[in-house]
Amino acid sequence: MTAAEEPHASVGAYVLHALPPGEEAAFENHLAGCEACRREAEAYASALTWLADAPLPWTGPPVPAPPDVRARVLEQVSRTAQERRGAEAPRPRAPARPLRLALAAALAAVVALGGVAAWQHTAAEDAREREAQAQSAARAQADALADVLSASDAEIFSGSLPGGASVGIVVAQSQDRAAFTAQRLPRLPGGRVYELWYAADADELRPAGLLPGDGGEELRLMDGWIEDAVAVGISVEPAGGSAQPTTDPLAVVPITSSG
Amino acid sequence: MEPGLGRPAPGPVAPDWELRLRHGPETDADVRELLLRTADGDAAAFTKVYDAYADAVMGLACRIVKDVAQAEEVTQDVMVEVWRTADRFRPERGSARSWVLTLAHRRAVDRVRSAQASSERERLAGLLARDTAFDEVAETVADRDERRRVYRCLASLARMQRVPLVLAYYQGMTYGEVADSLATPHGTVKSRMRAGLRKLHDCLEGVR
Repeated sequence: MTAAEEPHASVGAYVLHALPPGEEAAFENHLAGCEACRREAEAYASALTWLADAPLPWTGPPVPAPPDVRARVLEQVSRTAQERRGAEAPRPRAPARPLRLALAAALAAVVALGGVAAWQHTAAEDAREREAQAQSAARAQADALADVLSASDAEIFSGSLPGGASVGIVVAQSQDRAAFTAQRLPRLPGGRVYELWYAADADELRPAGLLPGDGGEELRLMDGWIEDAVAVGISVEPAGGSAQPTTDPLAVVPITSSG
Repeated sequence: MEPGLGRPAPGPVAPDWELRLRHGPETDADVRELLLRTADGDAAAFTKVYDAYADAVMGLACRIVKDVAQAEEVTQDVMVEVWRTADRFRPERGSARSWVLTLAHRRAVDRVRSAQASSERERLAGLLARDTAFDEVAETVADRDERRRVYRCLASLARMQRVPLVLAYYQGMTYGEVADSLATPHGTVKSRMRAGLRKLHDCLEGVR
């Protein structure tokens, strides 16, 4: 999506925290090597602190932080360890060791599901119906989702989560895009969300979208392009997602067919 | 989530904006020093950082999550994160206030996104896109130089730059959601955000 644009173009949206997680991670990688963008981002961030005080939009009189918040913060701080840099705190590149093992095991056993055609058609119809009722913002997403589900070369790869929830990845190589589906996803506590990943290798994971933590049934287009990914992973992350997985994956589904 | 505050403010409320813009007994340079000491594990210094910025964080959180109870949680999470990650603050890269409020904005936006479907945000955006809220507030602003400067600079932006900026900053919308709700190409919104921020920055710095 952003591959063809110049990377600096995202600096405004980045400072406004208006980049979706995948693009944000990509831009932060860019920032690490671009001094001009870092200076530009800092200038905008300092301009935005003025907006923090401006009473926009009008929601009533200002509310100071109440005393019990102060007490809770100070109490929590007394038992919270601080982060310490070594030389330079690196952005974590390699996932935890268990993910590497799980990915290796999954890559050794490829699964493809037959009899996809009927399921695809129904889900594509559902997607089109949703589109008709959706806000304009969802329309483009719903179109792309329907395109993936009804692509002539669409293939579905399935997996399951511990606890029995089933997941499927519908891959449309002709569009370089995939969709994720799941049934009976467990509800997550504490505002956590599910995060999807494209995995080109055990060490190369790209964020590919978030799912709300209330679980149940899900069907959504995955963010970004398949490119060289050979598997899709799903992990539990804190609200807002993470640039790289912070927990072991619940499932790793290979998305290349055998033979 | 309904718009407006979730419940009445507890206890006495700051009577007007005068109090909110006062930075308390510590100057920005003082708080920078306190934040650096916090990074070394000085909990007493952290307490003063808390006192310097908690109200600003709470105010911003209220405006973005639009619910006092959630804003309190965001404020608590942000201030604990300030303690936990104080080592990441780079004084040569910006002020302590900017660092803390940037963190606060990110966490408030994260909260809005996980709690609220994008369709709901777009509905709210439809109201803001008419820009009436900005116009109403601009008329009620009292005579304070700092606030006048912010309003004057925001008003100097073309509407097509100001609206995406305001939608992203206060509604927690991604640039894609802003673009779709305004029926504008994604790339266009991205570049307008950048241009709007450049103009806002230059205006606030007094650059012509």
